[in-house]
Amino acid sequence: MPLASVTDTGAGRVVRQADDVHIQGDWTLLHYAYLKKTIDDVPPIPDAARVDLQALGALDTAGAALLVDLLGSERLQRVAQWAPELSGPRQALLKTVATAMADPLTPPASSRLTVADILAKLGAHMEHVGRQWLALLGFIGLTLDVFGRSVLRPSSWRIAALADQVKQTGLDTIPIIALLTFLVGAVVAFLGATVLGDFGASIYTVDLVAFSFLREFGVVLAAIMLAGRTASAYAAQIGAMKANDEIDAMRVLGLNPVEVLVLPRVLAMMITLPILAFVGMIGGIVGGLLVCLLVLDISVAQFLGILYRDIPVHHFLVGLSKAPLFAFIIAVIGCLEGFKVTGSARSVGEHTTSSVVQSIFVVILLDAVAALFFMEMGW
Amino acid sequence: MTDEAATLIRIRGLTNRFGPRTVHDNLDLDIQQGEILGVVGGSGTGKSVLLRSIIGLHKPDAGKIQVMTDRLQHHQVVPQTLGLACSYGVLFQQGALLSSLTVQENVALPLIEQAHLRRPEAEHLARLKLAMVGLAPDAATKYPSELSGGMIKRTALARALALDPEVLFLDEPTAGLDPVGAAAFDELLLTLRDALNLTVFLVTHDLDTLYAVCDRVAALAERRVLIADRLPVVAAYDHPWIQAYFHGPRSRSAQHGAQPLESV
Repeated sequence: MPLASVTDTGAGRVVRQADDVHIQGDWTLLHYAYLKKTIDDVPPIPDAARVDLQALGALDTAGAALLVDLLGSERLQRVAQWAPELSGPRQALLKTVATAMADPLTPPASSRLTVADILAKLGAHMEHVGRQWLALLGFIGLTLDVFGRSVLRPSSWRIAALADQVKQTGLDTIPIIALLTFLVGAVVAFLGATVLGDFGASIYTVDLVAFSFLREFGVVLAAIMLAGRTASAYAAQIGAMKANDEIDAMRVLGLNPVEVLVLPRVLAMMITLPILAFVGMIGGIVGGLLVCLLVLDISVAQFLGILYRDIPVHHFLVGLSKAPLFAFIIAVIGCLEGFKVTGSARSVGEHTTSSVVQSIFVVILLDAVAALFFMEMGW
Repeated sequence: MTDEAATLIRIRGLTNRFGPRTVHDNLDLDIQQGEILGVVGGSGTGKSVLLRSIIGLHKPDAGKIQVMTDRLQHHQVVPQTLGLACSYGVLFQQGALLSSLTVQENVALPLIEQAHLRRPEAEHLARLKLAMVGLAPDAATKYPSELSGGMIKRTALARALALDPEVLFLDEPTAGLDPVGAAAFDELLLTLRDALNLTVFLVTHDLDTLYAVCDRVAALAERRVLIADRLPVVAAYDHPWIQAYFHGPRSRSAQHGAQPLESV
């Protein structure tokens, strides 16, 4: 039962007799909708009219606001003069509400949207995107700068924070990476078995799985998993600290937030992503091996033999070489988005989302550039 | 002064523990209808925990909190499912404004959700409440993160008053306000209490507020309410903390400077 629909006999009334206006009944929030309709139906009350509040029942601020709407702010500010029979507290309430409503309550209205506004918004957005990239480049520089200074001073190394971050980002992520790449490896092997089988070349499924996981999938899947799991965590952790003024507190205490918060996270990510990429490669190849064994009747010994014969070790190195780069960029984006948070819980959410989107985008972009580069180099 | 007939909320044997630390041990307190009860106590004596226990946000380890609901007008017409949302207004220490809503929406939210007003009406009323607590109209469309500490306090008060509650719980309402704003707040509180017959539970450190508005003062120390009575009686109570609090250098200036505000 909604509050506003309760209408007992006490609901407020406006009774007009010639020039006199009688306000009666309860003027409270409970009857707001009904009263609002009532006063909308009442024609404007002339200044000369005599208003009688003697039969006024309960009154609260919502009701007082309606009376101000009905009778005008000025009249009610002078309530003590024309309704001396009203008790002191009620006069005070009416006066307080009337005074509060003396100035227009509506904030200055925003102007209508024009073509110029749309263009301005578009331009502002483009500028924002440009600034975002600049900020990222600047932050990368800042991180490298702080790293360069810190690496020479072993006393400033934060080994405990680093180890903690390695555990959080690395150790805890191994099972999910292994499972994920195992499944993708099996899927790739199925694809290979289907497509290559038509050419009677299903034995090359082994090469397909090995090439794709060593060069690309192992590291990219691990990087995307960390982008989703860890970049968001970095952004949320640092963002919550920013919202709580902890970052400013650190600065005041003479600590460098980049050194305390960013360096351990970036280094932890650069240590763990190569390990996770390696786990991913193994996972994918094991997935492929299982499918080859069960579907293509390629024995384990045969699979490993082909692997040993066809796949030079530099493919493994090419894949692994991308891991530290991806790790660096993911961690830096996560931390930077955390620093961009501005106070509200909504802002924390926005920047967490943005960190994931940006880091996955950048990982795939860099991977495409790297693929081109390695192909041209003939590696 | 303790009048059984006027008791609105009766607390008996309240015990709160956090791990090995006992905050309240067998605490008794009565809140009487229509009074402004000031609650004072040193840091960590559990003033906020007491407040949270009464409004049901914290489940006490032992004890009984009895609300004489038949004294609350709203309770006779509001379905029980709404709980006490319409009868209690709460101002949290840090404001606790919803940060994804504007100031105006924060205040309009209970009006829309509980009183089922339509949005334009709710926002009109919300702007009135904001004007009453002394916020300029252009603050209405701002987000809480854009506000100063004092403005957050005022907005939180406007939200606490949104439903014209019968019992108001205020956790350090004047902390962070400038003296002029704090005095205006005291006056507003008295006006509202007299006009709406509010019952106010006021946790405060502000001696000026204590002297200006409180009918009774409850002093928390040693895990219980040492004394709850009129201010002169409490101030005369023989306990080291109370003596230090009411007769320290800061107190004397408040005592001499502040005339009790006239009940308007």
